[in-house]
Amino acid sequence: MKTLIKLFILFAAAGFLVILTSCGQNGKNSKSGALTSNAAERVFVPPGEHDEFYAFISGGFSGQLAIYGLPSGRLFKIIPVFALDGEKAYGFNEETKPMLQTSYGFVPWDDAHHPDLSQTNGEIDGRWCFINANNTPRIARISLKTFETEEIIEIPNSAGNHSSSFVTENSEYVIAGTRFSVPIPQKDISIDEYKGNFKATLSFIKIDPKDGKMDIAFQILMPGFDYDLTHPGRGKSHGWMFFTTYNTEEANTLLEVNASQNDKDFIAAINWKKAEEYIKAGKFKKMRTKYAHNEYDENTHTATSTMRKEVKILDASVLPGLVYFLPTPKSPHGCDVDPSGEYIVGAGKLAASLTVHSFTKMLKAIEDKKFDGEAYGIPILNFDAINAGTVVQPGLGPLHTEFDDKGYAYTSFFISSEVVKWQLGTWKVIDRKPTYYSVGHVMIPGGNSRKPFGKYLVALNKITKDRFLPTGPEVCQSAQLYDITGDKMELLLDFPTIGEPHYAAAAPASLIAPNSQKIYRLEDNKHPYATKSERETKVVRKGKEVHIYMTTIRSHFAPDNIEGIKVGDKVYFHVTNLEQDYDVPHGIAMIGANTSELLIMPGQTETFVWEPKQVGVWPFYCTDFCSALHQEMQGYVRVSPRGSNTPLKWSLDGE
Amino acid sequence: MKLSKILMLTAAILPLFLFVFPMWSISLQAPQYPTPLQINIFINHLEGENEGDIQNFDLMNHYVGMRKLPVEMVEFDIFPIVVIAMSIMGIIFAFIGKKNLFLAWFIIMAILGTAGIYDFYLWLYDYGHNLDPRAAIQLLDAYQPPVFGTKQILNFTVRSYPSLGSILLGIGIILAPTAFYIEKKKEKE
Repeated sequence: MKTLIKLFILFAAAGFLVILTSCGQNGKNSKSGALTSNAAERVFVPPGEHDEFYAFISGGFSGQLAIYGLPSGRLFKIIPVFALDGEKAYGFNEETKPMLQTSYGFVPWDDAHHPDLSQTNGEIDGRWCFINANNTPRIARISLKTFETEEIIEIPNSAGNHSSSFVTENSEYVIAGTRFSVPIPQKDISIDEYKGNFKATLSFIKIDPKDGKMDIAFQILMPGFDYDLTHPGRGKSHGWMFFTTYNTEEANTLLEVNASQNDKDFIAAINWKKAEEYIKAGKFKKMRTKYAHNEYDENTHTATSTMRKEVKILDASVLPGLVYFLPTPKSPHGCDVDPSGEYIVGAGKLAASLTVHSFTKMLKAIEDKKFDGEAYGIPILNFDAINAGTVVQPGLGPLHTEFDDKGYAYTSFFISSEVVKWQLGTWKVIDRKPTYYSVGHVMIPGGNSRKPFGKYLVALNKITKDRFLPTGPEVCQSAQLYDITGDKMELLLDFPTIGEPHYAAAAPASLIAPNSQKIYRLEDNKHPYATKSERETKVVRKGKEVHIYMTTIRSHFAPDNIEGIKVGDKVYFHVTNLEQDYDVPHGIAMIGANTSELLIMPGQTETFVWEPKQVGVWPFYCTDFCSALHQEMQGYVRVSPRGSNTPLKWSLDGE
Repeated sequence: MKLSKILMLTAAILPLFLFVFPMWSISLQAPQYPTPLQINIFINHLEGENEGDIQNFDLMNHYVGMRKLPVEMVEFDIFPIVVIAMSIMGIIFAFIGKKNLFLAWFIIMAILGTAGIYDFYLWLYDYGHNLDPRAAIQLLDAYQPPVFGTKQILNFTVRSYPSLGSILLGIGIILAPTAFYIEKKKEKE
């Protein structure tokens, strides 16, 4: 019995201990709870108030670009770029179909990775956002006035357009690289003949400083490695571009093994000022090729696609001083340049350490010819001669680095799922914070510029697992917001994003919001089928084609009764929104039309095509809740049999 | 030049600012219109404070059956002639410098001003009462904006107040009798 009591006391004591320790944990939890509530305050933007930053986050395999506010993480708009969007009729209406034209024909989807913002003097200027299509190589330019895709240029002689679209510090160029080397020009050869026969190009696309229009100035022909990521030099290194490479083994199968054999791959340093000299000196070859250039005109609200036929090629193997290889350990992925332009960080994704090269040392090594051989005629610089330092074992699987304005760098680690803060120059690790989970890129507003805004860091995650309410096998994508103003980073917020968020760019709202356009002026509407008043509405037959010149205004269509359409006609609805009031779009959708709705902004004209297949009277209606009488915004089209002679007529309110 | 003459001359010139600044402004504010719609009434035309305001005014008004805002009005032809004539008359009176002429100018201006505001009231009354019987929204009361002041009409707060042009005109009208009294005082002395 005594032993029993003793045992009981022992258990009781143990139980008490357990309670004590769990209390301790509770204490700890409540501390983090207090921190959490404080975090809530720091990301809370009261109703009706605005965020501090615009964040442009790539939509990855959705092909689009999403705009969020920081610090709230609220989603404002998804801008259709490389994929069809039924909501906005992008790629569905007659006006935007040409935007998705390529040399391969109409490509309705792509994989959008790296948004980057235009710059002036190394600072973000809030004019345009560029983003790449990885699958069918293209670069798009988005206006930050209308927040619409204004231009898409296809990149010929490329595949896997991944090391794109990064902007130089005066927006001289937006740069695109090749990840999947291919025969250039394309030809029918055995895949086994990869080595030496497959090539890559690095494209320099000139940006018109006035209107942002893109034009491929030249392409640099490179050995058949995989050019993974890039960043421009800035400040002292302005005029250079740095590309990470992997698969310098030039393997063409089972790359996960065969492209991981070399101890060091390269960062390719491109002297584009030198390239400009070579172009001036006529050292280029003209190559026949084919690529689409698609432009959306803000005044006609219409895109045009033109096929271009030629590019200028500079061959890096034969033009000295154009390209140097910087040996960098283990299949480097991220290639990031600090705000001063001195340090080039290569994140060897299979290495345990981060390699930092010095731009000054690189120039010295070139001057002193400290070469360790060459690859395809391109000098390989001596590693020790260019190395600025190594961040020793900061984590596992380093991918990308961004910088703040205080001399710190922040690197994402995919495998160990964390962000590590370290100091430039001392290469010491300062802090580390977990990400949930497996972070890819990180982003600091103004990151790719001389002037980062070191207040927040956004981690763009690859996996979310249990972080949000489950939604079946496919769960949401996410980003995480960290406060980086203190010595230690603080996780403030998880927010879901459209998928998949790769890279992002952000800018202060004050730089962009004041320029945001409110309406399109009806006066400036130069659409060939624009109808600028209800008096001018009409229906015109041209053989089997019928053009309806229609208008919308709260809350009716003009005309809203149309007769004389016949089965087999091709009916074009050219709809002009006569509104000149902010945030009063009208929509239109036709029963059975094999296309999307239109969503027409004030002052804009858009067109959809309807090919009626059945006799009858068919309704159409406004899809955007435009006013208190939105439900009344509807109309009918009478469709008669093919050979009938129902006269063509149209009316509104019997007139 | 005598003070009274300067005052009378100023009084006669001030109405000309009606050609530069609006006489009156009517604005509509509602939850959906955080930036109010505003019509500025000039001596010879109407103008929106922001582009599109006139069309948007008409759009709001059409729900209750009001007519569209006029592009042409008899007043737009008459008012400029009257103002220029009165201004020339005032300048002549100023140079003649007789105090009774100052007073006469004031009385004519006061009568014309009152008539102008009454005309404005009549127009607003007609505009607010002569509604399309087929309008989507049938009001129990007339939809008449106030001549002067603030009024709640449905979801809109309607504000109607004189603008800079009228204020300058008003100062002009007051300056004339001031000139008259200065002269009168002098004569007494």
